[in-house]
Amino acid sequence: MPRAHVYKRDHINTDEIIPARYLTTDVEAELAKHCLEDLDVAFVKKVGPGDVIVAGDDFGCGSSREHAVWSIRGARVGAVIAQSFARIFYRNCINCGFYPIELPGALDKIGDGDQVEIDFEKGLIRNKTQGTQIKFTPLPDFALAIVQDGGLLEHIKKQEAGSKK
Amino acid sequence: MPMTITEKILAKASGHKQLMPGELIDANIDIVMCHDVTTPPAISMLQQHGLDRVFDPDKIVVTPDHFQPAKDIASAELHKRLDTWARRHRITYYYKVGRAGVCHALLPEQGHIRPGEVIVGGDSHTCTYGAFAAFSTGIGSTELAAAIATGRLWFKVPASMRFVLTGDLPAGVFSKDVILEVIRRIGTDGALYKAMEFVGPALAQMSMEARMTMTNMAIEAGAKSGIIGFDEVTRQYLAGRLKGKTEYTVLASDPEASYVSEDTIDCSRLEPMVAFPHLPGNGRPIGECKGLAMDQAYIGSCTNGRIEDLRIAARILKGRQVVIRTLVVPATPSIWKQAIDEKLAEVFYDAGCVVAAPTCGACLGGFMGILAAGERCVSTTNRNFVGRMGHPKSEVYLASPATAAASAVEGKLADPRRYLQEIEKPKTRGKK
Repeated sequence: MPRAHVYKRDHINTDEIIPARYLTTDVEAELAKHCLEDLDVAFVKKVGPGDVIVAGDDFGCGSSREHAVWSIRGARVGAVIAQSFARIFYRNCINCGFYPIELPGALDKIGDGDQVEIDFEKGLIRNKTQGTQIKFTPLPDFALAIVQDGGLLEHIKKQEAGSKK
Repeated sequence: MPMTITEKILAKASGHKQLMPGELIDANIDIVMCHDVTTPPAISMLQQHGLDRVFDPDKIVVTPDHFQPAKDIASAELHKRLDTWARRHRITYYYKVGRAGVCHALLPEQGHIRPGEVIVGGDSHTCTYGAFAAFSTGIGSTELAAAIATGRLWFKVPASMRFVLTGDLPAGVFSKDVILEVIRRIGTDGALYKAMEFVGPALAQMSMEARMTMTNMAIEAGAKSGIIGFDEVTRQYLAGRLKGKTEYTVLASDPEASYVSEDTIDCSRLEPMVAFPHLPGNGRPIGECKGLAMDQAYIGSCTNGRIEDLRIAARILKGRQVVIRTLVVPATPSIWKQAIDEKLAEVFYDAGCVVAAPTCGACLGGFMGILAAGERCVSTTNRNFVGRMGHPKSEVYLASPATAAASAVEGKLADPRRYLQEIEKPKTRGKK
């Protein structure tokens, strides 16, 4: 069962998520080794497949480096749940087909180590540890379409193929 | 209905007569900026998705800058991927090492930024170009790939915040201090998703260089873009400089346009500001923090690596000695040459500074001035996050070139005003 890794912090920035000293590669598996390194060196050792990151406001602020999303995805993180996101990081998630969950009050609803299950279609997080069901506002339709197509480039290919018919 | 300049530019780019904040649009892109960190992944994605094309080789501007000249084998490989791609697609404006520079200083200087246009770049500080009455924002690699291939991107029209800058900047206080004060007031997510529009009489006294320092840091308040209206200063900067298309459309906010907020900053009351670790919003007036010991001073970057910045630093450093490591990094080759021609490089050498080739380098902890654990750097850059310029236990203090130079001389955070009092103010700045 996926677990929550809770960081009670606002403004967790892209330099903490993937420091620039690792930006000489865009190989996801390499970036994954350094995911959240300057925030929590132990993160990559304790994260399990499908686990979620939970944080406060303005998650992903700073650089436009999509490497931040790739390092998180590469570390097999299932989702990032934040009280709010910085805008470039938020767009990067959608464009990569990685669903960002915006959840006001997330830090009060999910504790560190809680077992959580996410139903993206219903917009529902089941907190198995606390026995609660938490609703979140699903992505708007146009963004959902991009995520469902597997990212922006697949989405564009699909649209271009459609317009040629 | 009245519109802001941002709404008007986006309406023009998307074929609408009228736009409201929150509307989703598909906009034509006029210029796409590409550099060595985020573009190589975009190129690979385009190839993997069978979209290996460029929408217009005249509208894509390429320069390596973050790790240039290549700092190691891995960055050399990035440059090789960028180079191979730019040559294969015959990109018209490809600045190779020797003419390459820090992108946000280079593109305006080389005449690629026109008022009224939409510019995107694979770098968060792309918002810099808003100083030219253009809409400009940073994007990630996937969107960069999409923009390169299609020349179009979706946007949500941002609501605008209005910042009215009044009063005369006192000697020793610069546009960097103004923007640090703005971010201190509203916080690092105070402008999240919004356009920051700067207006007011204080702008008339600011050069394009000084204005770019402010729009550059709009992202540090979380903004989508920063923008400043067109005026005589803009017109003069652009005259004879534009490459390719020389005509442009001047758009301006309607007097009745609506804003989500309005703040007034009386520049005459500002002190030099220093943003403490680890957020650009942690600004403090120099009077409250001078004396804190530093290990390094860094003068450069897309925020403050332009010729005017080097002139200000040189005024303070002339005839003095720095007592800590001091790096001066002109942002572009032509700024570098101008620094030599104006004998600023000599001043820096005599003062004991190192003058490096144009690169983003140390600003993002890449190379050329990395900090060890526990070290402190007073820097003219735009970010002071944990580990930004090196070791996660190092610290970055953001300030103007004047404050950085004065601090280099004293080895601790220092007030530049006592070094600049003697400088004559332009006549137009008389107190009302």
